[in-house]
Amino acid sequence: MLEVKAITQRFGGVTALEDVSFGVKASDITGIIGPNGAGKTTLFNIITGIYTATSGTVHLEGKNVTRMVPEKLATLGMVRTFQNIELFGKMTVLENVMVGLHTKGTSGILSSALRLPWQVKEERRLREQAHHWLSFTGITDLADAEAGSLPFGKGRLLEIARAMALEPKLVLMDEPAAGLNSRETLELARLIQRIREAGVTVALVEHDMELVMDICDAIVVLNLGRKLAEGTPQEIQENPEVVSAYLGEG
Amino acid sequence: MHRIDSRDKKKLFRHEWVKFALFSLLIMILPVLFEGGYLLNVFIFVGIHTLLAVALNLLLGYAGQISLGQAAFFGLGAFASGILTATYGQNPWLMMVVVAAAVGLLAFAIGFPILKLKGHYLAMATLGFGIIVYIIFNEAVELTGGPSGFSGIPNLTVGGITFDSDFKNYYLIWGVTLVTILLSLNLVNSRIGRGLRAIHDSEVAARVMGVNVRLMKVQIFALSAVISSVAGSLYAHTMTFVSPTSFGFNFSVELVTMVIIGGLGSIYGSFLGAALLTLLPEFLRAFQDYDIVVYGFLLVFMTMFMPGGLVRGIPSLVQNLRARIGGGASDA
Amino acid sequence: MHFDQISQYLLSGLSTGAIYALIGVGFSIIHNSTGIINFAQGEFVMLGGMLTLFFLSALKLPLIIAVVLAIGVATLAGVVFERLAIRPMKDASPISLVIITIGGSILIRGIAMLLWGKETHAIPTFSGNDPILVGEATILPQHLWIFAVTAVVIVCTKLYFSFTISGKAMRACAYNRRAAGLVGIDVKRMVFFSFAISAAMGSMAGIIVAPLTMTSYDVGVMLGLKGFCAAIIGGMSSGLGTVFGGVILGILESLGAGLFSSGYKDAIAFVILLVILLVRPQGLFKKGETERV
Repeated sequence: MLEVKAITQRFGGVTALEDVSFGVKASDITGIIGPNGAGKTTLFNIITGIYTATSGTVHLEGKNVTRMVPEKLATLGMVRTFQNIELFGKMTVLENVMVGLHTKGTSGILSSALRLPWQVKEERRLREQAHHWLSFTGITDLADAEAGSLPFGKGRLLEIARAMALEPKLVLMDEPAAGLNSRETLELARLIQRIREAGVTVALVEHDMELVMDICDAIVVLNLGRKLAEGTPQEIQENPEVVSAYLGEG
Repeated sequence: MHRIDSRDKKKLFRHEWVKFALFSLLIMILPVLFEGGYLLNVFIFVGIHTLLAVALNLLLGYAGQISLGQAAFFGLGAFASGILTATYGQNPWLMMVVVAAAVGLLAFAIGFPILKLKGHYLAMATLGFGIIVYIIFNEAVELTGGPSGFSGIPNLTVGGITFDSDFKNYYLIWGVTLVTILLSLNLVNSRIGRGLRAIHDSEVAARVMGVNVRLMKVQIFALSAVISSVAGSLYAHTMTFVSPTSFGFNFSVELVTMVIIGGLGSIYGSFLGAALLTLLPEFLRAFQDYDIVVYGFLLVFMTMFMPGGLVRGIPSLVQNLRARIGGGASDA
Repeated sequence: MHFDQISQYLLSGLSTGAIYALIGVGFSIIHNSTGIINFAQGEFVMLGGMLTLFFLSALKLPLIIAVVLAIGVATLAGVVFERLAIRPMKDASPISLVIITIGGSILIRGIAMLLWGKETHAIPTFSGNDPILVGEATILPQHLWIFAVTAVVIVCTKLYFSFTISGKAMRACAYNRRAAGLVGIDVKRMVFFSFAISAAMGSMAGIIVAPLTMTSYDVGVMLGLKGFCAAIIGGMSSGLGTVFGGVILGILESLGAGLFSSGYKDAIAFVILLVILLVRPQGLFKKGETERV
């Protein structure tokens, strides 16, 4: 599904990532872990087209998407969530998800301003689809609330609903469990598994080891900008280098 | 569940529709109350200013992109319509459309590089554009008449009717303005409107959702230029005289003030802001001399203490007062 | 075209450019410590000229005292503006800040109009009007004042930023405001300083140019915008970059007005402004990316 090859990223004199390569298999849940400053979020920003890597390539389903902008990647079926949730705060929950459906609609300025019949029909279809994703994530009752007023945990769910609305092939989640309590984390784990069951590949950056070991099929470990290890949760837990990197930090 | 939703939506739509119908009705009967007096003339300007404020609000209030050069598009519409009809004898209605299209294309072309800039730099670049256009109005004397202005612009005609009185012009301009308000209300509650508001709230998230941020910003910039140009054409044919001073930096700032006072991201707010800033000078004799002090004060005050504009500020003020009074009553 | 005419244009362009540079450095200092483009910068320039005139003609004070008082009052206006309008808005969006500073500039201009009227006023030159021959061109003593004051102010700014604790702290804020705050620099105080310094510099520019160009309540708009243009050419530097930016702009304007058309003279600055913003937002002299786009 996703093939990351020899990614190097330098900011000025600082090397944030060096020669990082790994793959994400279709229908897997892949976890990317590592101590703070390992370069996980930078890696996500490169894959999703927000940063441009100094060198290296990213392939999505065999297609070279290395320097593609996020809006193009969205049409190819790649979407992400953010560490500090990036909601459209002044819009309603439902409208947020409808923005996620942006690429599913075609109406432009003219047809929207004139409310042409097919635009009205499209609008109704998008609204129904948005409701579907709200009920998928269990926040239907919040549909008309202002997104900026949601508690953090609900905001996280909305972000996932909005991402799912694109019907992506691959979802990248940047620390989805950050700021959630243990019950919310448990619900999140189930939601992620349901996303995978819906045929969507998931890659996530996460600090919550219990969650990662629990739901991930494959794990990539980064440390100080380099890939330290790659394997199943079992293999990673038994890898002495990984253990020492984490113990050394803690 | 879906059935409830569509019923809710119908209710909402009916509500919006009722609001618009009442607003239109009010506008339509106003001239009767004025009995053709001086206020009628003032309200023609309220109409033109509303048109301009709505156009700017689409850009500033919805997409969150500032333009300090809106007066330039207004002026281009006015001068081009004036010159093409008075000097070259072209059909006014046709020219209004042609000029609006040309101004839209110009905005589209400069929009791509300019809207790459953000915040303060976008403000400076649009301001620079506005001043360059203003200088051209003043200096291209053979074409525009220069600082002394350009006169002899014909009134618009339809069939046998010539729009040569305040009464007729009122309905002409408010007709166009009401249609623009209706179309704008439709637009902001559509896929496009959601895209614009998404850009305002989080550009990066909007891009990740597949919103073509760059194109959308430029499109809405061009649309606001087109509406401003039409407003300019109407202004020229109504006044039959235009002069560069109406299209300077100060007027661009006045438009921004209208949008902010009324409420960013509220179409009716734009009317409120336009009406207030157009009527104030008429009611306050002294305002004529103090106008820039009042504008400056309003801009600073509103941005600091009522960032939602009057449309949101007044209801919340009323609510606060009511809560306070209610609280006091229950204490007593 | 005669050579002496060209050198005359160059000389007068140089002196206008020095004024733009002073104003532009004021823009840069505030921008670097806050990220704000202060649209009210030009009003400090206006205040400098108008206050000097006020102290000279209404209070009949000697020139030197009038100048010192004018700078003092303009600086006070700058810090009051910062306290009342900028500091309470520290988390505001760039658009709100643009609007606040525009509103502030209109307010200051309006108050000046109320106090001193709409007329254009002349201020006496500092040391007479006897032209001085420089090669084939002549300049006025006031031009020399402009060159001298600009040079002294720029050198002092440079020394301040290089050798004093607060100057260094301000530079730290310019590089990274958050990090500066983390290492214990009082960022708020630095912002306050930057407004004080900018207002003082702007008013000085306004004072030294007023005897040549006359002054009125609304001279700040154009001068401010051209100062900004100088700063943007110089890549928002608070030193030589902006000085060169000002000089380039001043000379281009003076040559443009002399050789082509005086009517379009004012457009030159804005064409340059647009071209730089769109093509080289980091300024003419700097390498690398900035956050302007």
